[in-house]
Amino acid sequence: MIIIGERINGMFKDIAKAINDRDPGPVQEWAKKQEYNGAHYLDINVGPSSTEPVEAMKWLVEVTQEASDLPLALDSTKYDAIEAGLKLCKQPAMINSVPAEMPKMERVFAMAAEHGAEVIGLAMNEEGIPKDADVRVGLAAELVATADAFGVAPDMLYIDPLVLPCNVAQDHGPEVMRTLREIKMISDPAPKTTVGLSNISQGTKNRELINRTFAVMAMANGLDSAIADACDDELMAAVAAARIILDMDIYCDSFVEVFKQRNR
Amino acid sequence: MAVDILKEKYRGKVGEVVLGATKDDGGTRSHTITVGGETALPFLHFEGEIPNRPVVALEVWDMVPEWNPCLEQHYGDVYNDPGAWAKKCVEEYGADLIQVRLKGADPDLNDHSPEDCAATVKKVLEAVSVPVMVIGCGKSEKDNTIYNPIAEAAAGENLVMGVAELENYKAVTSACMANNHVVIAQSPIDINICKQLNILIAEMSPAMSSRIIIDPTVAALGYGIEYSYSIMERARNGALQGDKMLAMPMYGNAGFESWRQKEANISEEEQPGWGEQEERGILWEATTAMAYLQSGIDILVMRHPEALKVIKGNIDELMKDNSY
Repeated sequence: MIIIGERINGMFKDIAKAINDRDPGPVQEWAKKQEYNGAHYLDINVGPSSTEPVEAMKWLVEVTQEASDLPLALDSTKYDAIEAGLKLCKQPAMINSVPAEMPKMERVFAMAAEHGAEVIGLAMNEEGIPKDADVRVGLAAELVATADAFGVAPDMLYIDPLVLPCNVAQDHGPEVMRTLREIKMISDPAPKTTVGLSNISQGTKNRELINRTFAVMAMANGLDSAIADACDDELMAAVAAARIILDMDIYCDSFVEVFKQRNR
Repeated sequence: MAVDILKEKYRGKVGEVVLGATKDDGGTRSHTITVGGETALPFLHFEGEIPNRPVVALEVWDMVPEWNPCLEQHYGDVYNDPGAWAKKCVEEYGADLIQVRLKGADPDLNDHSPEDCAATVKKVLEAVSVPVMVIGCGKSEKDNTIYNPIAEAAAGENLVMGVAELENYKAVTSACMANNHVVIAQSPIDINICKQLNILIAEMSPAMSSRIIIDPTVAALGYGIEYSYSIMERARNGALQGDKMLAMPMYGNAGFESWRQKEANISEEEQPGWGEQEERGILWEATTAMAYLQSGIDILVMRHPEALKVIKGNIDELMKDNSY
């Protein structure tokens, strides 16, 4: 499973302060730490309270790339900020994210095609997050079709079925699992899938246990990637074990270390 | 309407390993050999690069081997002289490189000392200018004492030395590390051990990860060839899918294994229906080796000069560009 490291996000206090002070220290430290722990991409988010998202995004992209060669997932609802960041990325990036809504899809898929970027598509629209799998899969199909019209291949697309906390929306769990399975039937090649992993455990006790249990269950249902805490060792170990059981990696006694250390 | 032919795209690549060293790099070889580097399954030139042709070695022992008598007409005159033996293999029979098997170090056979072993290797290095591989007698306790003297005596030559095994990899690996040689990592037809051993060697020194040759252990035709084949196929698929700990060139003793079997050795008198013995042995060895070429082997160690000739011809054919 592809891990998109979640830590460079202005929602965290240290990153918000770093952005505000233009202090690359904490950003680069987290970039290196997440890479060291096995992240495949680094999510970059200026945070909800940024007053100058375009400039902040440009700065974050630049200082992160000084510390790590991992590809970036540019995470913002402000598409000007994403576009400014895409221009600075040294290698093809990921756009996080676009809902199944016009004209947002037109804007995002056009810039994805221009920059060769992958896109996270959210299975939601103006009406919010659907309750059942059927509506989610329908929205995923809209995303795939629109992307295709702009020349973005289905396998450049990561559909996020959208996960709600298990203590407030327990009935969504099975629907998310079914969505993950059915998304793979939309097209050939199929779109990829992703989730914001820690959403599942917002406000619960024992969050790490819930996160990693959800991760392996979702993997068994076809999940390709997750925005997650790459520094959660137990999560990474569980993912490594699931990859063995799903025959995605060849077993060896050091399978956990091999998975975590592949960036080193 | 034009048909778009689907081609497999691979993420990974087999690492390239250089064998031997010329004067410029501190050795005395006339040329080096590079193995590995594949970005597609064996000989699918239309899907990727097969930049280096598989190479074929012949074996030289440091004692008179108890081989089938039919091999005496080819090697009998040089059985007692490893240098002359190596020279004959290269000059007369066309071996790309030489593998010295120090069978005579076996305490239950000739019990050659570590110094004797180093001297034998030196003799072979002086007699031929191709890259040289050296493996021990197979008894790890003794072999662990000979690796260092050999590695030191041949420092700069970029030998291939073996074998490292899961339970005994440190002595040979440190000898190779200290003197810049390449190590053969042997696993008993087991993909998990193969990968683990590569990890352990790379942990000893990250630089060694690009100086490993995988010996997955090859079996002869009729004696489990399909197990070896499928392990090698899996290793190569893993390598091409990006598993760096399986992305090393592979090696196998096809000659040694084939000539251990009755099908290669039993006389025509004993088995009249099986046909002439020497020809049968050659075919048994060549067929075994052929299968391993198809599973991605990079270095084949052969025995009978005629089998070697057949395989070299096959490699010529397989290396012809079939891309479209």
